Amino acid sequence: MQRTIANAFTTKDAKDTKERQRNLVSRASPDEVRDRGLQAFPSFVTFVSFASFVVKALALSVAAIACAQAEDKLRVGLMLPYTGTFAALGNAITNGFKLQVEANGGKLGGRAVEFFTVDDESDPAKATENVNKLVKRDRVDVLVGTVHSGVALAMAKVARETNTLMVIPNAGADEITGPLCAPNIFRSSFSNWQSAYAMGREVAARKHRTVVTLTWKYSAGQQSVEGFKEAFEKEGGKVVKELTLPFPNVEFQPFLTEIAASKPDAVFVFFAGAGAVKFVKDYAAAGLRASIPLYASGFLTDGTLEAMGDAGQGLITTLHYADGILNPQNQSFRLRYAKAYKVQPDVYAVQGFDAAQLLEVGLTAVAGDVSKRAELVKAMETAQIASPRGTFTLSRAHNPIQDIYLRKAEGKENKMVAVSIKALADPARGCKM
Amino acid sequence: MDLPTFLIQLLNAVQYGLLLFLVASGLTLIFGIMGVINLAHGAFYMVGAYLAFALTGLTGNLLFAILLGIPLAFAFGALLEWLLYAHLYKRDHLEQVLLTYGLILIFEEGRSLLFGDDVHGVDVPALFAASIPLTDTLSYPVYRLVISAACIALAAGLFLLIRRTKLGMVIRAGSHDRDMVQALGIDIDRTYRIVFALGVALAAFGGMLAAPVSSVYPGMGNQVLIISFVVVVIGGIGSVTGALVASLVIGLADTFGKVLVPEYAGLAVYLVMAAVLLWRPEGIFRRG
Repeated sequence: MQRTIANAFTTKDAKDTKERQRNLVSRASPDEVRDRGLQAFPSFVTFVSFASFVVKALALSVAAIACAQAEDKLRVGLMLPYTGTFAALGNAITNGFKLQVEANGGKLGGRAVEFFTVDDESDPAKATENVNKLVKRDRVDVLVGTVHSGVALAMAKVARETNTLMVIPNAGADEITGPLCAPNIFRSSFSNWQSAYAMGREVAARKHRTVVTLTWKYSAGQQSVEGFKEAFEKEGGKVVKELTLPFPNVEFQPFLTEIAASKPDAVFVFFAGAGAVKFVKDYAAAGLRASIPLYASGFLTDGTLEAMGDAGQGLITTLHYADGILNPQNQSFRLRYAKAYKVQPDVYAVQGFDAAQLLEVGLTAVAGDVSKRAELVKAMETAQIASPRGTFTLSRAHNPIQDIYLRKAEGKENKMVAVSIKALADPARGCKM
Repeated sequence: MDLPTFLIQLLNAVQYGLLLFLVASGLTLIFGIMGVINLAHGAFYMVGAYLAFALTGLTGNLLFAILLGIPLAFAFGALLEWLLYAHLYKRDHLEQVLLTYGLILIFEEGRSLLFGDDVHGVDVPALFAASIPLTDTLSYPVYRLVISAACIALAAGLFLLIRRTKLGMVIRAGSHDRDMVQALGIDIDRTYRIVFALGVALAAFGGMLAAPVSSVYPGMGNQVLIISFVVVVIGGIGSVTGALVASLVIGLADTFGKVLVPEYAGLAVYLVMAAVLLWRPEGIFRRG
């Protein structure tokens, strides 16, 4: 690369100089030449070639310096949603990641970080093209992304093919740390199975025998329901009906009527964002909150409680993060985050922060030398991450082994009630690592 | 499914259909009568919902917000027509699509700048906050019935306006032959401005009414836009009666599709559309 730039400079410059000389000779009329003085002409040419030599030499050294600097920086590619429904999540992850990098003086593993950013728009159709922009065009050393599971699957595929080091700061698709697991792919967030599995045990422990589930017909929802069902039925419960509706449809009324007609002991749902707000409000308005308790994976009430108003109060959920976790790293993280960005951090900010922490451990072990991949991966695999959610380690499939919290919605917070399951590991079914 | 459940599902279907009609009627007016493909119609729905959110915050009650919001939306529609849409009537559909698609992007970005990307909720007015118990476990929120009542009243008003008033006559005439109406000394430009503003106000009113039940969120207009186009195409372009019937058909297909064939719920609406178009390619109530 360095040589090509230098060569390009030389040839272009040489051509320019020759052209200039030719122009001087051909365009200057005999009179002009006479005016300048015949004696002066050769020395002028010498001067031009000398000047061009100086310029060339300067350009060469500048190019060399620029290249050397670029080689020194660690190229980190952030592929996250910055527009669309998940824009707020993408920004929180970016903020969390940068908070950790800036705490290190803008460095990871002792190397200055240069960020390359792509807005993935949560669009799986554009995912491969977008990830190639980072991997092939920007030649990033590390790939960080993303929120949407479908996009993350496409990213993981490219990362596997090109053997790019990748950290997923949200997308919970079970496959990524299941059948598609790879030595170079890590996750700092959760698997869909994890938080739902914890809820399955909780609901069974509350002596509910029959449950109706409802979710969007897409992987995050269906994998959550499967995780819930696995734990709930293992404890002797029975999922009597599994209702689904197309993503992102929010006309819930027919399903509420179905639920009311089948009268289960409890209802388990997976919804997030705007759909979650509408569902919780509809569920309350239909009078079901009073008769059939509602349980959910924690994404139902994260970032949505304000919009839910009274309907959201008292909702019981499970997730790998909660408000009011009392450990020093959480308190320090929340303080620093609020100071830097003037907003309170959420679970997504934590996941972004931990993605950077995980990379910091790996890169420090190899003193920033990404070419020592085996050592780097080993360090990350054995890392103990002092996360705001509580310290976690990684499973053999590179998914966090983490505490899942039981939470209750109070005001705008998901207050921690208890640790639901300590150090819960995703079973990583189908992972051959 | 026992009888009470079936009846409640029927109520759900009709209720959803009426809400669709509110948005689709504005679209069919603009699309059918003025000949403009208005992709930004969903954005007007979103504008309505965000207006409801902002004005409810200011006035403390959704009803005041709606009373304030409708004239605002109407004025906004008239301004947009004068500024942009008036130049579109004689252009081809591609240029209309380009402009109105551009408007979607502008509205979305403006929404992001003004309100951010979070989900917001709007409270149901205290007057209608109750629920009516239907079975021992299920009750029906009064506010949803109010929405239905408002939609029915609006549908009746629209029919009267189009069938029984001079303005309605001019609108109908203008949709057949714009130049002839103009030649007869009627200010068709002014009529079109009113129709367009009315369409915008209808969509915004739909957004305002739906805000408490659907919540207010980025991209909410796009979901509504697609289903509204389905309604307009099934009903027959430009026919308000057709839009009403088609809305109810879609409401039924969607509700019972979800209950009876949950595996194919996403398809049900489009299968109905395909069937209707095979039977009557110009929609149920063709114009003319």
